[in-house]
Amino acid sequence: MRSEVRFRLNGQPVSAQVAPHESLVEVLQEAFGLYGTRESCGQGLCGCCTVLVDGVAVSGCLQLATLVHDKEVLTVENGAALDPVQQAFIEAGAFQCGFCTPGFILMTRQLLDEHPDPNDDQIRHYLSGNLCRCAAYPEIIEAVKLAGRKRRKS
Amino acid sequence: MKRASQPTETPQVGRSIPRLESWLKVTGRAEYVHNLRLPGMLYGKIFRSSVSHGRIKSIDTAAARALAGVHSVVTAEEVRAIVPDPYYGPAFHDQPVLAVDKVRYVGEPVAVVLASDPHVAEEAVHLISAEYEELPAVYDEVEAMTSKAIVHDVLKPAGTFPDLKHLQGKKNTNLALDFRLRRGSPEAALRSAHRVFEHRFRTQQVMHTPLEPLVSVAESTEDSLTIHTASQSPSFVRIEIARLLGWAENRVRVRVPFLGGGFGAKLYIKLEALVSVLSLLSKRPVKISLTMEEQFFTITKHASTFRIKSGVDATGRIVARECEVWWNGGAYADIGPRVTQKSGFTAPGPYDIEHVAIDSYALYTNLPPAGALRGFGIPQLVWAYESHTDLIARELGMDPVKFRRQNLLREGRPQATGTVLRDAETGKVLDRLATLLEWDKPFEKGTGPLRRGRGIAVGFKACVSNTSSLASVSINADGSCTVYCSTVDMGQGSDTAMAQIAAEVLRVPAESVRVVHSDTDVTPFDMATLGSRSLFLMGNAVRLAAEDAVQKINQLRKELGLAPDVPVPDIFKKKFGMRAGNVMGTASFNPPYTPPDANGLTENATPFWMVGGTGVEIEVDTETGRVRITRLINVADVGTPINPKIVETQLSGASIMQLGFTLFEKMQFDAAGQLRNASLAEYKIPGFLDLPDEIVNEAVSAEQKTGPFGAKGVGESATFGLSPAVANAIQDAVGVRLTELPMNPEAVFVKMQDQ
Repeated sequence: MRSEVRFRLNGQPVSAQVAPHESLVEVLQEAFGLYGTRESCGQGLCGCCTVLVDGVAVSGCLQLATLVHDKEVLTVENGAALDPVQQAFIEAGAFQCGFCTPGFILMTRQLLDEHPDPNDDQIRHYLSGNLCRCAAYPEIIEAVKLAGRKRRKS
Repeated sequence: MKRASQPTETPQVGRSIPRLESWLKVTGRAEYVHNLRLPGMLYGKIFRSSVSHGRIKSIDTAAARALAGVHSVVTAEEVRAIVPDPYYGPAFHDQPVLAVDKVRYVGEPVAVVLASDPHVAEEAVHLISAEYEELPAVYDEVEAMTSKAIVHDVLKPAGTFPDLKHLQGKKNTNLALDFRLRRGSPEAALRSAHRVFEHRFRTQQVMHTPLEPLVSVAESTEDSLTIHTASQSPSFVRIEIARLLGWAENRVRVRVPFLGGGFGAKLYIKLEALVSVLSLLSKRPVKISLTMEEQFFTITKHASTFRIKSGVDATGRIVARECEVWWNGGAYADIGPRVTQKSGFTAPGPYDIEHVAIDSYALYTNLPPAGALRGFGIPQLVWAYESHTDLIARELGMDPVKFRRQNLLREGRPQATGTVLRDAETGKVLDRLATLLEWDKPFEKGTGPLRRGRGIAVGFKACVSNTSSLASVSINADGSCTVYCSTVDMGQGSDTAMAQIAAEVLRVPAESVRVVHSDTDVTPFDMATLGSRSLFLMGNAVRLAAEDAVQKINQLRKELGLAPDVPVPDIFKKKFGMRAGNVMGTASFNPPYTPPDANGLTENATPFWMVGGTGVEIEVDTETGRVRITRLINVADVGTPINPKIVETQLSGASIMQLGFTLFEKMQFDAAGQLRNASLAEYKIPGFLDLPDEIVNEAVSAEQKTGPFGAKGVGESATFGLSPAVANAIQDAVGVRLTELPMNPEAVFVKMQDQ
């Protein structure tokens, strides 16, 4: 029942034997040992499982892994050094338990790609699909703005 | 590579350094139990009860066992082969590892399927069926007092708490604790009072909803067990699992990495007993990861009913208060009886009242168990007493802030138990709230469909006691420092705070201190990470352990005849002939406590008091009933902040969490006790669009003289006041009083229609 799925994962060509029911989160964890993409609500409502597929943020818990064949998948583990978004999350103290943080970071990258200098309202609406039970939301807004400034400077 | 840091004279407490684990968290590399895979590991999936109260007639597991890939199916029968008396709990030994003979709520674990593939285990669960003889059930906490439906045939106190001993062997009751306090002559004082006010308030059942759902892994050998678990109380897990198995504690090891949120959900035994038994049965490592849905069937926050009655004299002074509180504990007591007592004794609020009566009842019902949730019962109480206090002020035609100020319990005055208020800035908190809200200035309420209002509320909390924390601090041969403590960092920043405290004593940069995560084979005992106790208790233990280490280093210097300015590495070099060895400072901290007498009175109820107040400005949409908080102000006495930035995030985060419990979160049950909204699709928690326009957080200047460098707990303070502040603001805006949570648009709209 398993079939080979080939895709680019964080810039590297990879392949995995995937069963048709397996989600992208499961395959990232079981086949590649990447645990930054996390299943929480299991319904695509909390954003903990956010990954970028061909540059678009998707819920990894709902995305069947077979569908990423030939696509480009980016997770929070991508990149050797901290990017401006990650730096900004640290400087703004934009997390507590950290479980939702990878999803917020990936979503923020996409937000800043589309709106390099977002206002509060744009941030709230763009990130409204990501939940943080510790509710570090005000700090996340600060982090997004700070990341925007860092990106514009560089 | 980082080298051991040079000594520093810069103060390490009071610095807003980023959390020590920041890099791990923003790169997705922080360790959670969720990540753990072990060779040969089996996954467990749980088959749950579909009735709220019933005798188990039969469980048919044949089809599940026959499914290809299933390792085994386990019921109470198999559990009893390992644990003959398989009941656990911190207050009562009432909760079975898997249901024995009876089920007591919808969702109770009845059987488990083990398989190498979690999907196979899940599929097999759907092939299990059970037959029940249904029994009458009770869901309401007040009805449970007199109901003929009895949840437990006989009460079995754990023996840990003296005030539960009288319940041993009791039958035909749902009462798991009746805490009683009498101060002065409340009945007489109420009879002779100038005015008497009485109200009744209710809170709903809600769930912690940590985004990392509960997860535990156990691996066993013939004579040992290692449990990797998302737990706030590793020391308790070790003790309780050892007790269940009849083992020595040193055969059980409990490891806890980071938690993806806790909020009280991950205390005591949750999945740990189950995975332990499953690993001992299968002789394989076993992991159980709950789904978000299953969390709703595991642990929740008490629904409650509070009848409160006050007598006021002609000058507007509260002379007597009578409090009757019923706590809906669900099917298993968990820590409910402690919530009933430890929070119960603060039920009259932070007011100086001469005559007080409190009756606080822990009740069993046929609902999912309730435990501690960010406030240990306090938010339920503040909801009632601050709504009531506001109503009295309005009835008397007095300004609510002035009325509070006149009655406030202040420094040096005895609280209801007789314990004197010390280092608790009630007055400052109230005054700062009023100032930040510009309470004395006129407030525009609007005339159109949107009406505006504002409200204020102040609460306080005692720290649960008697409890202890132990810590060790190692100074290594290169001068670097390692802290060993069993406090669990679930997001509150305890690793960072403990590092700052140790660093302050050792005069090294906090960033250079390493904090070892809970591992009962390595880190010393700690009661638990709960109730905002850790910064005070463990903070003190870490401070003392660091001081002990410094003293031992100084002693060594003296023994070796070295000058006081000889650097640490050179001391070890001289002692051991090379750079080797280490010095271990140790300490325990166990502040004094006096148990209450028969009238609930004690002069030593708590090692410290927490004070938290909230002010809000809101907008009520009179056409829809929707309430929007436009301005939210949290003010708290947290002592002297160790890390001001983290303190602010804790205050802000706690209040936003409480905003969910105030405006919309509610577990909805049907008449048969079936939960109808066990998912984030139907149970909404606060997101970005629920945020107030403006949030202000302030820690008043304060010092907890007995705390580590003046500090005390902060995690719960901003949960106290928000709900009643909003209710008070709604009345201010549209003239209706809500007495039940949540205050969702429907509830507000219906109330306005009834007006």
